Amino acid sequence: MRHTISVLVENKFGVLSRVSGLFSGRGYNIESLSVGETIDPNVSVMTIVTSGDDWIIEQITKQLNKLIDVIKVVDMTELDHVEREMVLIKVAPRAEDKAEVLRLAEIFRGRVVDSSPKTYTIEMTGDEKKIAAIVELLRPMGIKEFVRTGKIAIAREGIKKA
Amino acid sequence: MKISGAEIFIESLKKEGVKHIFGYPGGVVLNIFDALHDEKDLQLILTRHEQGAVHAADGYARASGKAGVVLVTSGPGATNTVTGIATASMDSIPLVVFSGQVPTLLIGNDAFQEADIVGITRPCTKYNYLVKDVKDLARIIKEAFHIATTGRPGPVLIDLPKDVTSGKTEFVWPESVSMTTYKPTYEGNRYMINQAAHMIAKAKKPVIVAGGGVIASGAARELKELAEYADVPVTMTLMGLGGFPGSHRLSLGMPGMHGTYYANRAIQESDLLVAVGMRFDDRVTGKISAFAPNAKIVHIDIDPTSIRKNVRVDVPIVGDVKRVLSVMNKVLKEEVSDQWQEVRKAWLKQVDAWKKERPLTYNRETDIIKPQYVVEKIYELTKGDAIIATEVGQNQMWASQFYRYDKPRTLLSSGGLGTMGYGLPAAIGAQFAFPHKLVIDIAGDGSIQMNIQELATAVINKLPVKVAILNNRYLGMVRQWQELFFQERYAHTKLDETVPDFVKIAEAYNAVGLRATKKSEVEPVLKEAFSIKRPVMMDFVVDWKEKVYPMVPAGAAIDEMLFAEDEKKSEKKLKAVK
Ligand SMILES: Cc1ncc(C[n+]2csc(CCOP(=O)(O)OP(=O)(O)O)c2C)c(N)n1
Ligand SMILES: [Mg+2]
Repeated sequence: MRHTISVLVENKFGVLSRVSGLFSGRGYNIESLSVGETIDPNVSVMTIVTSGDDWIIEQITKQLNKLIDVIKVVDMTELDHVEREMVLIKVAPRAEDKAEVLRLAEIFRGRVVDSSPKTYTIEMTGDEKKIAAIVELLRPMGIKEFVRTGKIAIAREGIKKA
Repeated sequence: MKISGAEIFIESLKKEGVKHIFGYPGGVVLNIFDALHDEKDLQLILTRHEQGAVHAADGYARASGKAGVVLVTSGPGATNTVTGIATASMDSIPLVVFSGQVPTLLIGNDAFQEADIVGITRPCTKYNYLVKDVKDLARIIKEAFHIATTGRPGPVLIDLPKDVTSGKTEFVWPESVSMTTYKPTYEGNRYMINQAAHMIAKAKKPVIVAGGGVIASGAARELKELAEYADVPVTMTLMGLGGFPGSHRLSLGMPGMHGTYYANRAIQESDLLVAVGMRFDDRVTGKISAFAPNAKIVHIDIDPTSIRKNVRVDVPIVGDVKRVLSVMNKVLKEEVSDQWQEVRKAWLKQVDAWKKERPLTYNRETDIIKPQYVVEKIYELTKGDAIIATEVGQNQMWASQFYRYDKPRTLLSSGGLGTMGYGLPAAIGAQFAFPHKLVIDIAGDGSIQMNIQELATAVINKLPVKVAILNNRYLGMVRQWQELFFQERYAHTKLDETVPDFVKIAEAYNAVGLRATKKSEVEPVLKEAFSIKRPVMMDFVVDWKEKVYPMVPAGAAIDEMLFAEDEKKSEKKLKAVK
């Protein structure tokens, strides 16, 4: 099963490679990884999407906890939480599709952040399903470039998943 | 007063109570070596290879329980430590390794003798540091010793750029370590301990499997108390040998691939396994799905990642083995009625029957020297009161099978990594920790050649270290696999005429060389060696055909053993296993 794991780490050089090295060294898969500072500049948060059976996920969280620079590990999948990811999509539509591209961007609450005579760049935020949906719809219009941030996640306050 | 980083290094090590550093000089550590030159309380021991320095520090640590300390130069000096560090890491041995580094301004420039040793050693250290400011040095050294020696111990590396050791600052030694993110769990969960105690009391066929954690946490006494009080037989992994007396009536010897028949049978038949400070290595479990099929498993370990890594566990107890066992003993004595006496009698009777059925054995009737005979003689003549280091291969397994380790820290062997070339430098390190003990490296003719240069270290330091080479003219353990699994095609395992004359080598180094080619010469050679207060290398020319038995083929269940007595039958069995 797929898990989204949030890892609070000390904001020092080398920490990212300790974490990624743990995954590569033990043959665990990283589907996505995003890193950024928290409000406290000494602390960063990594959001890692990985998959594996319960044994593997248990090992991953234990191994992460064992790393000396790791402050806290939360398996978001066990909590009620919000997940988001941002994508930038550069589309190069034919003239007759231009209006449709703009309409789709609007429907998905995307924004056009750059345009050229031949392309639009759309910024969009959402969960996995929403992103997959817009990609499917835009694909026939000609996606020229596609970048995504990887998931970030935050727990909802006060509610535990049943 | 401001002092240099090199002086801070020295003062910090003194504060940590360090007496010996194993090392090798080079450009960027010249200033540290210079500062050490006049030191009376801190001895630098020059090895002849940086790998030797790390193994020596490791042997020192295993024998004494204190962290071993290493100092090497940048680049090749640092990369030469990697095998030693990985060896210590796999076996949870506390080391603090200092490597020189090019000046901070040159880092990343592919400077002369620059290597990213922090990057290289990240996966094989418990933690590592690049010191960027001399002001951090004392704190980092304090933390490094703390990390290396607490929790599940392990090696820590500190990379010291040249400008950091030449830079000056006030020396402030932190009295305590404050690391918010590193807090090992020492006390086991009381509820789990209670549950385990009740399971031990109720079990009909319990077995304790003791690992290196027993030795690391100093829990030999608590373990013996538990085993004797609850009448539970104990098997010790390679890393656990000495954690429980090998000559004890409840001892089953070593389990696993070259374990005893009775240890493996007992595990497979047991209804309760109490795993103490061990990690279910594949050399112990054999085929995991067929391991201890009827047993509930209690697993005590300080490292949560060891628990439920390889086997299912019914009662996990994260904590320091010594503390957990002492609470468990108390619970057993005070809260649980000792109703087990009767059922246990039947179980121990069964175990004893297995011991009689297939003891560890070999052909004692020959005139040719059997390697096992040499080990047995060493045990007999030392009365078990020696520190034994081993190399890797058949020699290592015979040293584990035919010598009984009654006390912790008397066997130094590379278990997890299986590093050939470990034994001689490790013996040297142990001899520094215990100058008056008899320290013997039981070696193979292949392995000894991997760090034979350390004879010079033994000679110059007047260490009475003994090396007993079980010389079979082969990379014997690999040859054994080729004989059994590769149709006797001995690809690159025959050393034969290329094996050097070890007596001459010893003499060339100014050590003593002795040789035995007949069984009757073994005892006189050993006696002579033990009476000489200098390094002695003994060349025992042994039967090259001898194999280590019992043997569980890789991937088989641990009760699918092959025995020396029935090599013919074994062949059939092997085919079946394949
Ligand atoms: C550094 C290293 N290289 C290779 C091996 C693989 N290996 C394991 S045992 C062995 C043979 C050891 O030969 P020897 O030291 O003569 O011991 P014997 O088995 O003959 O007693 C080899 C090559 C190893 N364990 N370590
Ligand atoms: Mg050999």
